[in-house]
Amino acid sequence: MSMTDLSPMPSKSYLTDPPGLRAWLLTQDHKRIGLMFLALISTAIGLGAIFGLLIRTELTLPGPTIVSSGHIYNRLFTLHGTIMIFLFIIPSMPASFGNYVLPLMLGARDVAFPRLNLASLYLYAGGLVFFLLVLVFGGVDTGWTFYTPYSTRTAAPVILAVVGVFILGFSSIFTGINFLVTIHTMRPAGMDWFRMPLFLWALYGTAIIQVLATPVLAITLLLLAAERTLGIGIFDPALGGDPILFQHFFWFYSHPAVYIMILPAMGIVTEVISVFSRKHIFGYKFIAYSSLAIALIGFLVWGHHMFVSSQSPLVGMIFSALTFAVAIPSAIKVFNWLATMYKGSITLAPPMCFALIFIFLFGVGGLTGLFLGALAIDVHVHDTAFVVAHFHYTMAGGALMGFLAGLYYWWPKITGRMYSIALGQIAALTIFIGFNLTYFPQFIIGSRGMPRRYFDYTRLLEAHPEFTFYQILSTIGGFLLVGGLVLVAFTLLRSLVVGPKASQNPWGAATLEWQCDSPPPHQNAAAPALVGDCYDFDNFQFDEKTRSYVKLP
Amino acid sequence: MTEPHPPSTQSNDDGHPSAHLAHHFNTPRQQYDSARLGMWIFLMTEVLFFGGLFCAYAVFRANNPAIFVDGHHFLDKPLGAVNTVVLIFSSLTMALAVRAAQLGRRRSLVGLLTVTLLCGLAFLGVKAVEYKHKWDHHMVPGQARIAYWFSHEAAPEPRKEFRPEETYVRERLAAEGFESLTQAEYTERVEHLGTFMGIYFSLTALHAVHVIAGIGVIFWILIGAIRGRYGRQYFTPVDMVGLYWHLVDMIWIYLFPLLYLIH
Amino acid sequence: MEPSSPPCSQDCGEAPLAHVVEVRVLLAVFGALIVLTAITVAVSYFDFGALNLTVALGVATLKAAMVALWFMHLRYDGGLNAFVFLVGVVFLGLFLAITMLDSVQYHPNVQSWEQRK
Repeated sequence: MSMTDLSPMPSKSYLTDPPGLRAWLLTQDHKRIGLMFLALISTAIGLGAIFGLLIRTELTLPGPTIVSSGHIYNRLFTLHGTIMIFLFIIPSMPASFGNYVLPLMLGARDVAFPRLNLASLYLYAGGLVFFLLVLVFGGVDTGWTFYTPYSTRTAAPVILAVVGVFILGFSSIFTGINFLVTIHTMRPAGMDWFRMPLFLWALYGTAIIQVLATPVLAITLLLLAAERTLGIGIFDPALGGDPILFQHFFWFYSHPAVYIMILPAMGIVTEVISVFSRKHIFGYKFIAYSSLAIALIGFLVWGHHMFVSSQSPLVGMIFSALTFAVAIPSAIKVFNWLATMYKGSITLAPPMCFALIFIFLFGVGGLTGLFLGALAIDVHVHDTAFVVAHFHYTMAGGALMGFLAGLYYWWPKITGRMYSIALGQIAALTIFIGFNLTYFPQFIIGSRGMPRRYFDYTRLLEAHPEFTFYQILSTIGGFLLVGGLVLVAFTLLRSLVVGPKASQNPWGAATLEWQCDSPPPHQNAAAPALVGDCYDFDNFQFDEKTRSYVKLP
Repeated sequence: MTEPHPPSTQSNDDGHPSAHLAHHFNTPRQQYDSARLGMWIFLMTEVLFFGGLFCAYAVFRANNPAIFVDGHHFLDKPLGAVNTVVLIFSSLTMALAVRAAQLGRRRSLVGLLTVTLLCGLAFLGVKAVEYKHKWDHHMVPGQARIAYWFSHEAAPEPRKEFRPEETYVRERLAAEGFESLTQAEYTERVEHLGTFMGIYFSLTALHAVHVIAGIGVIFWILIGAIRGRYGRQYFTPVDMVGLYWHLVDMIWIYLFPLLYLIH
Repeated sequence: MEPSSPPCSQDCGEAPLAHVVEVRVLLAVFGALIVLTAITVAVSYFDFGALNLTVALGVATLKAAMVALWFMHLRYDGGLNAFVFLVGVVFLGLFLAITMLDSVQYHPNVQSWEQRK
């Protein structure tokens, strides 16, 4: 078969059936909803990346570079953070890939509550609109953490921002409810809990966090808005309130939120590592339970963001100990992935490249988290570039890489087009080099005292003249990283135009979503009567004619 | 754990696919179980939502009990008790309404839902009386700001200051045995009162918003009941609204002693 | 209107989707809730010192449990729904406990600042 098969897409897939704009806007088809989420989320990361590059450009040289005052710089990093966290990473994998793949992996016809799913999409769009309004009104300058009393007093449009986040929170909660119920009640006969793909365990853990933690964020933001408008004195000391209480409230959500970000990525990595090593996943139950453990223990460590806030030493010690505990399930996953790859038959297709990048970068990020979890060290590196590097290694080096792995993995299924493997690999390499060049120097300067959220570090140069050099390196890396992301977009969008038609199962995976056409039809097929082991690759053979893996009887 | 549901071609009695069975569910049982589980998860999110406010309450009360001891003198215990009884009664009628829907008794269902609706409105009526009383004595947090929104007179400065009507406050405190307070003592009590009112209004207003939403969905169910939409085979919406309404009642069951019955 | 027959359990063509609670059970629960409310109000006129809050919350929890078990029919559902609800309550409890522990621990700092004001 010709490699450049430009034959038209199957005439009837979920993309074209049912036709018309109204059918898309009012769809209850999880595939369409997932795709629309993917489109919106991609614009969010673009917007967030622009602010990131502005930050990097400003920091390249000491003193004002492109920004004239701290007031403007405050808005840049706040917008970068809020957009990336609330509009990109938190919804990214559950709302796009989760929605798309969950019912297919279960052989279900849709999620449990399709209309709630559509509501989730519109809530996300609503939140996005509020953020655009925030931009129109000059942006917020409080940091994405909205600490009081600054956030209760600043003239910036804080209320618009918190309303936007509130709405996005409900989008997240609805997705969580949908996934929990779907996994509980809509598994096919023969797929008990321990025969489910591990990506679903990851989504299950994520959904637990989404429904337990997000409501607390909602009430926190509501109280913040009430304090700003009506002077209800819960958080502002001038009104009789307690600013540390705000931090407890805020971090009770925001720490579990980082597990919302990372768990789906870990789930994707699990799938990808197994498929591209042609080897059964090692330690299925350990990985499944570790997803739950991360979700649950992750609720008990929020105070590690507050070690220097005047939180009591007793509670600081409790949180520090629990923080060390939460690292363990993540480490278990890493060991299982490596054991899966051992003596496997590894193919470095782009999804696998990103999965491997994930393991490395998340490893660095996770280990540096232990530094931060130790009370004595944290006193020195809190609010420095060290923290910035740590969370970028975990959130961007972790979650974003997982997202890209998933994007490359499921792209043929979602669009029915295959992309250039070589271009994908080049993009992965560019991103890997760019990422490390951007953030590793920040560990160095952070540990030497470079503060975060500072735009002018001239006064630090006397003691640390090398800061400028590392900042320049970091900026070069930043542009390289974004260049790599642009290359990812180019590779994938190009495939829509010149890419060959994708086969049903180009990667040889054994989970159910690969049993239908690429792209799938509007109606999902029912699950087969006998659900096999979704990590059993023994009976697969690559059929040259269809360029698809086929399961031999 | 829920058992997986096997696919089936199960339909209602006359062999046609059940009109009430959504396309993505295999059996009515699966659909019903999913709806219930989804609703319970949503109720749990509501518990955590209010829970944040309860946490603020707990922290303030643990560190400064005087806030609450001073504050609760200004709440009307009998009215609070009346509201508690009204909500509990409305929970009873709601539970009976769900039962009527399950048994296909349309007229009972309509009647019981109407009573529940009226109880909800009565609750809001009592709350309105309480709030009006607070408003009249300038005890609503941000009252000056709210008044400005509606009347557009010059914005008062500082806009957030809590300044209740002094004669009323002194009179109320005197009635509880705190007579002839010095200016310093009075100011301290007003500070406490300000914090208390902030917490009181946050809790009860958020609860009232949920009552209003509950009234809305009960009204929607009522319309459906009048049109005969619910019966033995399909009563899920009534059941779901019922669960929500009971939660609203449960939250008030906690609010009442915590706000009104302090020593 | 249908005659008041007992809820069908075997002969109605399909298994009933949910247990139908008897009227007398609902009325009994209602009665108990009113009695408990009266007790709470009555008790509030006496001072038990440190036990005040415990008694108030204890009675409230009993009432809430009765609403959940019978009005919301958790008593008749499978265990999952109750488990879901309890998980929320447990995590709320953890949130409250740790936040209060911290707040009570650093309160002396706040008090000494207030005194110096």
